[in-house]
Formats: sequence, structure tokens, C-alpha cells
Amino acid sequence: MKLIAAMSGGVDSAVAAARAVEAGHEVIGVHLALAANPQKYRSGARGCCTIEDSHDARRAADVIGIPFYIWDMAEEFHDGVVEDFLAEYAAGRTPNPCLRCNEKIKFAAVLDRARAMGFDGVVTGHYARTQVSETGKTLHRAVDHSKDQSYVLSVLTVEQIEGAIFPLGDTTKVDIRLEAEKRGLAVAQKPDSHDICFVPSGDNAGWLRDRLGSEVGPIVDQDGIKIGEHKGAYTYTIGQRKGLGLTVPTADGSPRFVLKIEPVSNTVVVGAREDLAITTMRGERAVWCGPAVTDQVQQGFVQIRAHGAALPCTYYFDGTLLTATLEEPLLGLATGQAMVIYDGDRVVGSATISETE
Amino acid sequence: MSPAAFLAMSDQLQQLGNPSSLHTHGRATRKTLEDAREVIAQKIDCLASEVIFTASGTEANNIALKGLFWNGKKQGKNVVVISSIEHHAILDPAQWLKNHEGAEVIEVPVTSDGVVDLQFLGQLVSDRGSEIAVISIMHSNNETGVLQPLEDIVLIAGDIPVHTDAVQSFTKTPLSYKKSGVTALTLSAHKVGGPLGIGALILRRAFEIPALLHGGGQEREIRSGTLNAPSIVAFATAVKDSYDAQRVLGLRDSFISGVKGLIPDAYINGENSARLPGIVNVTFPGTQSDTLLLLLDSAHVSASTGSACSAGVHEASHVLLSMGHTEETAQSSLRFSFGAISTQADVDFVLSVLPDVISRGRAAHK
Repeated sequence: MKLIAAMSGGVDSAVAAARAVEAGHEVIGVHLALAANPQKYRSGARGCCTIEDSHDARRAADVIGIPFYIWDMAEEFHDGVVEDFLAEYAAGRTPNPCLRCNEKIKFAAVLDRARAMGFDGVVTGHYARTQVSETGKTLHRAVDHSKDQSYVLSVLTVEQIEGAIFPLGDTTKVDIRLEAEKRGLAVAQKPDSHDICFVPSGDNAGWLRDRLGSEVGPIVDQDGIKIGEHKGAYTYTIGQRKGLGLTVPTADGSPRFVLKIEPVSNTVVVGAREDLAITTMRGERAVWCGPAVTDQVQQGFVQIRAHGAALPCTYYFDGTLLTATLEEPLLGLATGQAMVIYDGDRVVGSATISETE
Repeated sequence: MSPAAFLAMSDQLQQLGNPSSLHTHGRATRKTLEDAREVIAQKIDCLASEVIFTASGTEANNIALKGLFWNGKKQGKNVVVISSIEHHAILDPAQWLKNHEGAEVIEVPVTSDGVVDLQFLGQLVSDRGSEIAVISIMHSNNETGVLQPLEDIVLIAGDIPVHTDAVQSFTKTPLSYKKSGVTALTLSAHKVGGPLGIGALILRRAFEIPALLHGGGQEREIRSGTLNAPSIVAFATAVKDSYDAQRVLGLRDSFISGVKGLIPDAYINGENSARLPGIVNVTFPGTQSDTLLLLLDSAHVSASTGSACSAGVHEASHVLLSMGHTEETAQSSLRFSFGAISTQADVDFVLSVLPDVISRGRAAHK
């Protein structure tokens, strides 16, 4: 096949590209320039988006022996990922920008462009697997569960999965680093990235404050009684306990947690730990990574964080909302996050959480 | 690199002796080096003593622009005049002079055919001539090949020192330093079949300007650093190679008519102007040049886009923007170059892959 390898400058995408070449594909390396004004050097736990990273990607492509180009996707990234991130926070939700990037950039803008140019698909260094079944290509967890990235890929449609190649899904990260070393790739020991790539300081709250302003508002208890003040509602997360700065203690001295963020009234609602508990979640903007979910109730698992646990549940889709009901109550679930349904290690689909109860 | 230049360089690399040493080996290298200087001087029509070797065209441009500015500044002249289509090796030093030395930089615009606006320059010189420290306008543009009216520029400039970046023109089109009347002129070896990493500034005899590099003072105390004898010898050897401008022109024109036949809405930038024989800049509406470059490269054709920023992201060419292009059409343009060893078969091959490349390129940007 003729493939585009998306190369961030990290070890994973470098090995992925090398493996695709070895598998006999015709591969061209592409580094996505996602920042309009990239920083010169990498800092903190970010693994892409600086000029240094684009040089690392180029060097890896040269060592592998494939052509290398830089594609400017800064505008698409800003509109589809950064703006979405800000809008979601402004609306009191907690978004996952990596999901949006996979949905709108890597497997949409890049894959579309690649296909139009005559390529068959896009290779990335994601830890996930695909399998060919009777119903088509399906998406599965990686062998290395600690690195599994199927959660952030759960926004891919069947057609996008068709064009996605994940050569690392069957290997552990430790072995990928060893392999990179053997292949003479200088990025073998490059640190993993954890932070949000477009927040250079790693200080998400500060970054949001700079862009959304920091309008002081009330922190209230469940009866609506003001017990403190916050410095911008969107810098809080559901379930957050620390950093609330509350001066009125509870009667029994038990801690308070953020229960709700109300962006319109700029209010943060706090309460006891048990009030965080939810058993049902509903999500909008559902995407199926294989056969569509119906209104028939199914048994499966739901995951609500990138590296969270898969929780046993039943689920169904009523045509608008994807509903999952948990066997055990869960504490602290923010709307805006993705609920990803698994059938064993297969990704069934996902939706953006809009309601919990 | 020209085969003759390659051989000359290999030979010289095996010769012992710093050309500035006084012993026998040093004197032998010095002799060879001065022979080379004379060859280059003869080709550009200047005195041998007017050739100052540098490590690149960029360095020569920096010495000229900054040095001529500092000279002028001593007499209270603070204005640097360049054209809007200069190479970054002039644009960026000019920007540096503005940011660090308080210079006022004025860019002379170009017409839609890519030629500097002489009326603008004339008005500027008549209004503010006494404030202008230096005028630097390239001899021909590296992206479009459009030749600039240097004689007219020198005439308008009068007493104001003029520098010209002639990197793209040297050996490709008639060019005489002496007749041009410029004070300083930049050359680079790798554009004429010589090695990378060697250039020259031609600077009028007995004309002093401040140095950028200080040290042994090897080149008229304007440029210090051990002379790179192997590269200089190879530079001179390459200059002696013949360049059949008529033949290259024929290839270029055959390419242009082929492109127009295959891609009817494609157009040539600067087509109405006198141009270098070996460069053609084409706009393919509805495409993006970095996509075309990838597809052409896959088909074993090397073309160029205008320029890339430090992150490697393709940017709209400032040259084409100056000629009145929009960001979009500037981003849809490619430069094709033809050299002394290009053939009609090469041209035919490019034309054979072009229609498919353009249609895929258009599909990728719908």
C-alpha cells in the first residue's frame, strides 16, 4: 500500500513508520505543524509541536530512508481542536483535545488529503490494534494496556478505521524503545508526552484564565448558600477536592468536592463525596467504530478516562443519546469527556457525555 | 557539481599549505588561489583585488549591506533601500539593521511582471537621496528569474552606493561588474557548478567597509578566516565551464508551451519580463504547492516552492505576493529550474507526469 506516516518527532511514530516500511509498504513521512507560532525547543512533558520535534521527525525519516514533508495543519488544528477545547470549558464541560485531534486532524484532514493524493491510508504510532472481521476492520485495545490509546481513537468512523494503520498495537512501550535503539533512531529515549501539546507551560488553568478571563464567582453548597469564591469556574473539574479555598467547614469536618459547574451563572457547586456518585451517563455525538449500537440493551464495559478502568455496564442507543448504566456507582464524572464502550477489547463506539445521574 | 570542479577540488584538498604561510607549500597554494581569483575576476569583469572570498553568498550580502549602512551612518545617513523581492539573505540583514541599528528600511515595490518600480525608486531618491546609506537590489530574482534594470537603478542612485545580489545571474546572463557601476556585488559558487560553502563579494578597489569577522584580516581586512583554497579553486574551475544559454532557453520555452497545453489555466509568473534562461515559475490554480512537490518528488521530479519558515512550513512566497498574488495563488506556485545538463527528454518526462500530479493536487484541496 501507499501510506502517509504521521511523524510527531517521538519514538512511537518513528518506529511505526519504520515497521510500515519493513512490512513492504511505500511510506512517506509527514510531520504535522499544528502550532501557528511553534516554540523553538521542547519543554516539559510535551512530545510534539516544537521546531526541535520537527527536526527529530525529519532525522527519523532520514534514518528510516523515507521522504519527509511538513504539512501545515495549524489552522485546522486551531479551529477544530483549540477552539473546541476553549468552547467546551466555557460551557462548563471537560473536553479531551487528543480525541478531537484524532477525529478532525489525523484521521480526517490528513487522511482525506492522503486519499485524494492517491495514498491508501495513514500510519500512526498509536497503541491500538485493528482486526479484519466479517463486518469490516474493527478497532481494539493494544496489547500493552498501560499504553493503550484506543480510548482517544474511539471517535473514528468505520471508514476512517479502514484507512488507519497502527503498527505498534502488538508491542509494549519498553520493547518499542529497545527496537528504536536497534534501528538507530536517536529518539529512542525521548521522554513520553503527557501534557496538552498546545499549552506550552503545562499550566492548563493559567492558560484557560488567559483566554477565557478570570471572572470571580461564588462557590455554593447544594442548598445554594455561598461558602466561598472561585477565580474562573472553568478551571475546576468535577470531583476536584483540592484548591477550593473554602473557609466555612462542614459540620462533621468532611471534605467537599466539586459537584457541578454552571457557566451561565459562573457558579461552582460543591458537596459531599457521596453526592458525586452516579450510575447512569448519557452521551451525544455518538460514533460507531464497527456495527452500530441499537436500542437493544447490551452488556459491555464503559471507559470514561484515557487511562481509566473499563467499568461493567449495560448500554443502548435510542437514536440520539448513548446511555450506559453502571453496575457499581462511580464518583466524579465530568460532562464533556468521552464515554467509550468496549466489547471485551473491541471498541464499540463512543459519545460525548452530556448528562449524568 | 561540475566534474571539472570536483577534480580540481579533490586535487587541491591533497595539497599542503595555508595560502597565508610564507614557506614553499604556502606560496604554492597562494599561487593557485590567486590564479583562481583572476579567473573569477575576469569572468565578472572586475579587478582581481576586488574579489573578497566569503563562506557563502549570504555572508557576502551581510558584509555589503551592513558595511555600506555603517559607512553611511557615519555621515548621518540612516535609510536602507532594498526591493520587496530580495532573497532572505538581504531581507533579514535589513530587518536586523532596523531592529538593532535603528535603520529605516524602505522596500521598493515591483510591478505585476516582477520588475522593480523605477518610478518609485526615482521619486524616493529625489525626495530623500541625502538620507540613503545604501541601495541593494538583486540582479535577477531567484524565484521568477526576472532580470532587474540594474543600469537604470545605478543611474538613479547617483552617488549612493549600490549593491546587487547577482548569485542567480552569474554565468547565466551577460553581467559586467565594471560596466554595471555598482559598488558591491555578491556571487556564490554552488549556483555555477562549484562547491557549497564558498562565495565572493566583489567590492570596488580601495573602498573600505567595516568587517563582520575579525581575525587574520586575510581578505583586505574586510573578511578574516583561513582561505578555503580547495573550494576557491573549484569555484574558478566551475566558472570556466561553458553555459549554453540558448539551449537552456529552448528547454524552458518548450516546457512552458507544454504546460500551457496540458494545464490551460496555469500561468507563468513574470512572463512579460526579460528572464534568466533556466528558471520558470508557474501558478497552478486550485492546488497547494507543497502537495505538488510531494507528488512530483514521488514521480522523481524535483521542483521548489518559494520558501519555508524555520518550522519547515511552506509559506506564501513574498516575491509572488509583491507581484500582486493572493496568499492562495502564491501558495499554488512552483519553480522549475533547468541546468546546463538538462535535456529535452527531462522536459518531456516532467510534462508526462504533470497532468496526473495536478489533478491529484486539486483533489487534495477541494
